This record gives sequence, C-alpha cells and structure tokens, in this order.
Amino acid sequence: MSKTIVEKILSEHSGTDAYAGDIVVADIDAALVQDGTGPLAVQQLQKLGMEKAAKPERTVLFIDHAAPSPRKELSNAHKILRDFAAKTGAILSDINEGVCHQRMVEDYMNPGEVLIGADSHTCTAGALGAFATGMGSTDVAIGIASGKTWLRVPETFKVYVTGEFKKGVYPKDLILHFIGMIGADGATYKALEFCGPAVDAMDMSGRFTLANMAVEAGAKAGLFASDETTRRYLEERGRGDKWRRVVADPDATYEEVFEIDVSELEPTISCPHTVDNTKTVGEVAGTKIDQVLIGTCTNGRIEDLRIAAKILEGKTRNPNTRLLICPASADVYLKAIEEGLIAKFIAAGAAIVNPGCGACVGVHAGILGDGEACLATQNRNFQGRMGNPEGFIYLGSPAVAAATAIEGTIADPRKYL
Amino acid sequence: MQIKGKAFKFGDSISTDHIAPGRLFHLRTNLPELAKHVLEDADPEFASKVQPGDFVVAGKNFGLGSSREHAPTIIKLAGVGAVLAQSFARIFYRNAINVGLPVLICDTTQIDQGDELEVDVGKGEIKNITKGIAIQAKSLPAVMIKILNDGGLLEHFRKHGGFALDA
Repeated sequence: MSKTIVEKILSEHSGTDAYAGDIVVADIDAALVQDGTGPLAVQQLQKLGMEKAAKPERTVLFIDHAAPSPRKELSNAHKILRDFAAKTGAILSDINEGVCHQRMVEDYMNPGEVLIGADSHTCTAGALGAFATGMGSTDVAIGIASGKTWLRVPETFKVYVTGEFKKGVYPKDLILHFIGMIGADGATYKALEFCGPAVDAMDMSGRFTLANMAVEAGAKAGLFASDETTRRYLEERGRGDKWRRVVADPDATYEEVFEIDVSELEPTISCPHTVDNTKTVGEVAGTKIDQVLIGTCTNGRIEDLRIAAKILEGKTRNPNTRLLICPASADVYLKAIEEGLIAKFIAAGAAIVNPGCGACVGVHAGILGDGEACLATQNRNFQGRMGNPEGFIYLGSPAVAAATAIEGTIADPRKYL
Repeated sequence: MQIKGKAFKFGDSISTDHIAPGRLFHLRTNLPELAKHVLEDADPEFASKVQPGDFVVAGKNFGLGSSREHAPTIIKLAGVGAVLAQSFARIFYRNAINVGLPVLICDTTQIDQGDELEVDVGKGEIKNITKGIAIQAKSLPAVMIKILNDGGLLEHFRKHGGFALDA
C-alpha cells in the first residue's frame, strides 16, 4: 500500500510495514536536549543507571536557552550537560554556537532520518525530509541511552501550496496564516506534509520556517520531500553524500488536504496571546511596540537577516522602540558580519545579542516590562513567554519586524521594499 | 484509584509558560521550589491554595507549547490528583503519562471552580458531587495505560529492560 513520508520513514526505522495509527518502536538516528530539558534527562539516566549514549556522535547537548549563563543556578545546570558530554562522548554545542534547531539542520540531520529532541521545535529538521519531533526529557533520555523510542505513526495532513509570494510576503506569513486557519490545536497528533509548486520553489530557509512552526498547530512533525533544493543545501553544508530522495507515494492516504494559494496572502501577524490569533498587517498597523526581536530558531537565518537589513539600511529605529538582532547560529552571525549586515543593524540602532534562545524563551537578553509590547520573529507568543506575564507579544516576518522597528508601531513592510 | 478533591477551573489554551514559566528557568533543577509557582501565570493563588487530591480542570488544548516535562512534573508535585481537560496538547499529554500524572479527556463544561469531585482514574469515571452528576472520560490508549500502570516511562523501561508495549 502507498505511504506518506512519515509512514515510509517510520516503517524503515521500525522494521515494520507501518501506517497511521500503528504503534512502533523505532530506531532513532539522532537525539538532542538543551539546557532547559537536558539536566532532567541526565538525572533520569542516572536514576536508570544508564548514563550512556547509544550513538554519542549523534547525541547533541545544546547550551542555548541561557547562553551565556545569566545566573549561577543555570551555570550549574550547564555543568550537568558538560559532565555528561565528557563522560559519554556526546557532542556539546556550547554557548557560542547557536540555537539547537538551527544547529541540527546545519550540521547533523539528513533526509530520511529520525530525530527526537527535548524541545518542541525539534520538528524544524522535517524540512530536510526527516521525521523530527519534540518530546520530554524522560522520553529523550531513554532514546539517548537505548537508541530507540516508541511512536504512534501519525495521520498526515497534506498542505498543498500554490502560487507565488507577492513582494513583502514570506513563508512566515504563510505559516502564521495556516495556523490561524486551522487553530493552535488544529493538527494535534498529526503530521503536516508541505508540498505543491510553491513549496518546490521555496528555499531551505523558508522550509525551515514552516517546519519549525508545525508544532504551533499542534502537529507532531512537519515534513517536506527531499529534493534538489535539499541536495544543494546539504552540499553547501559539506554533506552532499547524505542526500537521498524522500518523497511520499503519489496515492498515499491523507487524513485531510488543505490548499493554500500564497499569491492571496498578506503580511500576517499573530496577536497576543496565542499563535492562532492572526490578523493581516493592515488590521493591526499602528499598534505601539516597545521592542522588536529579529532572530531566533524560526527566523534568525542569513536569509532573514538580509531581508531585515535591506529595510533598515540607512534608517534608524524609532527612539521609543528597542531593536534586538539574534542570529540563529554562530555560522549565521559570521556570515552576517562578512556581508556587512551587522554594521547596518548597529547603524540602525540595534543591539546584537548572542546566538541562542534568550529573549524568546524569557530567560534573559530582552525580557519585557509590565505592559510592554514586542513584535518578534519567533514562533510563539504565549502569555509570559518573554519573561513577563504582563507583556504582549506579536509575531511577524523579519520584514514586518524591521519596518516596525523604524516606525515604532506595527508597520507594513511593503512600502520599504 | 479513587481520588477526591476540589476543582480548580482554568480556561482554554493553558500553555506550558503558564504552568512553568521561562522566567523561572533557573528553578528547573529544583523542582520542589518550581512547584511552589505551578500555574502561577494563569492563577497566582493556585499554588498556595491547592490541596493534595485537588484537580486541575481546563478547557481545550491544555499544556500547549514547550516540551518541558517540568510542567506535568510540578503539577504532580503540587499534589494534584489528575488534570481534566477537553483536550490536551500532544507533548504535554505524553509527558504527563511518562511522569505518572493522570490526565483525563472529558466534558469539563459541567465542572465549575470549587466543585467537589470524585475521580476513578482507571475507569475514567468522574462524579461531580457538588452538582450530583456523573461524567465519563475518554479511555486512554492501551500503550499509555501500560506505561501509567508501570508507574511512568522510567519504571516501565526499568521493569521490562526496554519497551514492552504490546497490549
């Protein structure tokens, strides 16, 4: 019988003929934890007496959520990960290296593989044609030690995307629109498979943005076929030999099919306090914004920074609006320096913060004050997310963010392009 | 397993940021201390008022957001007998089972703040004593019953020396 991408990958990894609804025990190719979830994972392994990694070369411990550490308790949490890496040979991705999801696709994940991660946005790697999903510390701990996990094979929603993006409209607008359309629980327990001519034409950066936010619709994974664009990306990252074609069978069974024509999309904003509370930029333009954050694992790639820099070049931020730039990884940061983007940001009045999760996760480096509003390119806007339940978070594309920094209120980027 | 206690009612979309906020990130390696703040951003008085056996009762998509297992863990540490909601976010649901926190999917519109409840977790039977009505929860998937009965995923793994999930 024909299979979806997720059914193919999980069949291969469980040695069974698996379809949606089946429970499988699957081999995992890679696992990740970060400094928020990793210490608990290590403690669980210690309780089990299994302080080891079945695949140390594919087990990555990230220090990214509080990097560099803003307080001693977190430095001690970091020590737990450092010690575990030293003991087991697992890889430590340290404070300078960047956000786990960006780092996983840059250097560790390949098409057709299975990744489990103790971070909900682990699904980002689905853009490479992998099955990647977020779990808790105990699940990932057992995955690290045994090299296996149990999974219910999810039903798949096909998201068939057509049309061409209008100027000033990006994949971020598409995913916000989609989440607004089906709701924050619209795809709970499902896999989203993104396909269609607009996806075929999309670069990897755009695909990572879509896959990253699959979990914001409740999905278990967001998957893409691995194609020539995927191959070129892997070649650029020095592992073209890992490319393989991963594609759904043409007559695979989908639970639902959604069709979206991107040429009809407007710049889209998620309003406080849920991601599915979406509006077009025109509906919220003029809302006062105290802080703009451009970056994070959702939209902190070089392509995103280029868009923002183009809008900000030769302009300055509104004096009442702080502007934070957070490259997703050290690699992105270096490229941004080489391309002169960082100089443009600083000239525009931006503060550049260390690659990592800081402001997005509310730990440090950009916490909101009472009653303050932020326009961020991150993936979620829950109450309290940026460190203060009295804050308000709007989500938008890097272009919207840059235009908003200039005007000090939510702004349509199209007039700057 | 019969549990008796009072309902603490919450709305839809209670996120892991409401349950275990990022601003308390530094307490994640000190779970008893973090538990003193459980659900603080949804109800600042919850943690000080909840008694062992009480219930968290919520609307749709409870636990959406982060993979942080600390969220169900501190709900359990606070003494909550079970979480009753119309639906749960995927990762939270799995984490709750893994850490041995009972989670029941049921019609919570028939439960109000302060109602006295009696819950049979195994049978999914909920008695709203205050209102004199019975509510039936959806049964858990077989895999999850197995893990919950073993005392959570760690105990399951320890007991069977691996995954033993066949019903």
